[in-house]
Amino acid sequence: MTEKKIGSGREYIGIEEVSGPLVMVKGIHNVGYNELAEVIDSDGNVRLGMILETSEGAAVIQVFEGTSGLSIPGTRVRFRGEPLEFGVSGEILGRVFNGLGKPIDDGPPPKEDMRMDVNGLPINPTAREYPREFIQTGISAIDGMNTLVRGQKLPVFSGSGLPHNRIVAQITRQAKIIGEETQFAVVFAAMGIKHDVASYFIKNFEESGVLGKVVLFLNLADDPSVERLVTPRTALTAAEFLAFQMNMHVLVILTDMTNYCESLREISTIREEIPSRKGYPGYLYSDLSIIYERAGMVKGVEGSITQMPILTMPNDDISHPVPDLSGYITEGQIVLERELDHRNIYPPIAGLPSLSRLMKDGIGEGMTREDHAHVASQLFSAYSHVKDVRALAAVIGDEELTPLDRIYLDFGERFEREFLSQGEYENRDITETLEIGWKIISSLPKEELYRISEEEINKYYGKE
Amino acid sequence: MERTILIANTSNMPVAAREASIYTGITIAEYYRDQGYHVAIMADSTSRWAEALRELSGRMEEMPADEGYPAYLPTRLAEFYERAGVVSTYSGTEGSISIVGSVSPPGGDFSEPVTQHTKRFVRCFWALDRQLANARHYPAISWLDSYSEYVDEISGWWQDKSGGRWIELRRGIMDLLQQEGKLQQVVKLVGPDVLPDTKRIVLETCVMFRNAFLQQNSFDKIDMYCTPEKQIKMLQIILDFYELGLENIKRGANIHQIKKLKVVSMINRIKFTVSNDDIDKIDEIRDELARSMKEIEEMFE
Repeated sequence: MTEKKIGSGREYIGIEEVSGPLVMVKGIHNVGYNELAEVIDSDGNVRLGMILETSEGAAVIQVFEGTSGLSIPGTRVRFRGEPLEFGVSGEILGRVFNGLGKPIDDGPPPKEDMRMDVNGLPINPTAREYPREFIQTGISAIDGMNTLVRGQKLPVFSGSGLPHNRIVAQITRQAKIIGEETQFAVVFAAMGIKHDVASYFIKNFEESGVLGKVVLFLNLADDPSVERLVTPRTALTAAEFLAFQMNMHVLVILTDMTNYCESLREISTIREEIPSRKGYPGYLYSDLSIIYERAGMVKGVEGSITQMPILTMPNDDISHPVPDLSGYITEGQIVLERELDHRNIYPPIAGLPSLSRLMKDGIGEGMTREDHAHVASQLFSAYSHVKDVRALAAVIGDEELTPLDRIYLDFGERFEREFLSQGEYENRDITETLEIGWKIISSLPKEELYRISEEEINKYYGKE
Repeated sequence: MERTILIANTSNMPVAAREASIYTGITIAEYYRDQGYHVAIMADSTSRWAEALRELSGRMEEMPADEGYPAYLPTRLAEFYERAGVVSTYSGTEGSISIVGSVSPPGGDFSEPVTQHTKRFVRCFWALDRQLANARHYPAISWLDSYSEYVDEISGWWQDKSGGRWIELRRGIMDLLQQEGKLQQVVKLVGPDVLPDTKRIVLETCVMFRNAFLQQNSFDKIDMYCTPEKQIKMLQIILDFYELGLENIKRGANIHQIKKLKVVSMINRIKFTVSNDDIDKIDEIRDELARSMKEIEEMFE
């Protein structure tokens, strides 16, 4: 192998082996892990790749744009001596990029104020600020029961065919902090989604007039799956720049994380690693956390990153490794339920398994309303009793139920029809949400309200 | 916070450090224990730690055992948990370490290796229940799956606090909860109406016990902390309700008469209304309970 130096990188001619998206090179020296490599085929076309593994005199490169057409003797590899970086500036707003951060909207490359490593750096836990600012999404099921706060990472667990895209689009349209005028900037990372889903989001951003504050990263279903592994990282790099350098409040939408994990599994298998659950690599948890943990707020900086990853649960199975591990890292989850969807309830947000772990700190007096926590808790507890009653009614019939249980059945129906259900363009503020909550709570007898204090009952019970 | 030391290895930090962080924590705990302090160490979560172990083991290409975890997983777990205990220090004082380890089994499956091995090395187990958590029953500790092997060791302390009543009260309510578990299976099939009222009073008492005693609101000024003395009095009044109710039912009263009593919602609200230093009020409610039950009794004489 001959070595020739061009600029900062070193170039080698000839590769050892090609297998799937991976290329093996031998006879090289001094290349670093996660370093960027250019793979140049016989015709001189450049494809980007990343070093996955190095050992003495050899390296494995993962090629982002696929390896078809590469020949063993005719391919040249140039090691750039730097990790994958993304050039950022305020001009990235409103632009469309591929997963690697190359513009694909036919515009000129945006100005680069600085280049940032897409792998990011963990935030020192003590430098983080605790998220406690309530984001009003205008959706009762979220605001009332599973409140989102600024800097939180709250995934949507969905299934194929459920309207997760519509819900997330509605959130991006309506999300705001009470008493603040600033709109969220949106970073949208599409991983392995269909073309029409991507265009649905773009159209939606256009309609709501936020397109000028959106950065899109598209890696569609037919794009190379290796590129999918970098897409969320590039997107989060953009988000970090906007939040921590430009002091903006950024909402990051990652869709669909299941596709990302599929790609991870694909690469892991090719690398002959020992698989853990369902063939996913043992480091799936660490890998996901590196993505999810890049959300939050940092002390002394104005901006914030709020993450809403979407993932589809294969076969609606919430214990599948992808939703299961995600649930352990993120601060709660919004679960969509097929049964509600079939009954034409939009948004079909499942009452019981959904959860926001940061809710308790973002609600209450001064933030939403003093009775919010108790109302939510009472609704959860009553709705969970409704589920028991329904299971019972399915066996013995409605007529055999006790009068109290029949009241609960009515409550359940009203809860789903009046509280959970709302229009796609209906924007309810938090007071309205709580009032609807009280209206249906008032259909239960007072003695059943164990979770609400007496003063609150006197103040709100039965008031129209 | 002045008495707390935090070892933070968030999930996006290197896994090798995650494996070490649990040892860093317990070593610091031992340092203070040797100075005669009583130290509590919370390890959250030991599953993440075990996964770090698995990841490193995989990278070292060791032969995997159960679910890809290394074969030495139980040994490592035992080594960690056995570092808890009470010691007499060289200066003649007493120090201790209590370990509270959280385990987060994938998919909530308690049969996976980390949970199973951990249960071999600990004597007290609090099982969090998904159904309770979904109903926002906090703390979601399942009363039937959880256990403590220390009951005998601590019963003396509790007996002193309760005037010798604790063992009896605990046994009484555990017995009712067990019965309820069985009755619920029947109720799920045919509904509560077919049960005789002597059984329905068991269900009612357990519902009351769950709402009034087991479920706590950590944001309520009064309910966030419940002293042992208040717990004993609350438990006592709930068991009184059962016993008096059962007697009345045997005399011919029906369950709805008992359920409708005003005092029932008073008992359910003790946790919010009676503060820890004012627990004599519970005695008043207890008198009220006796009085209302007496009224029913008189109807059947």
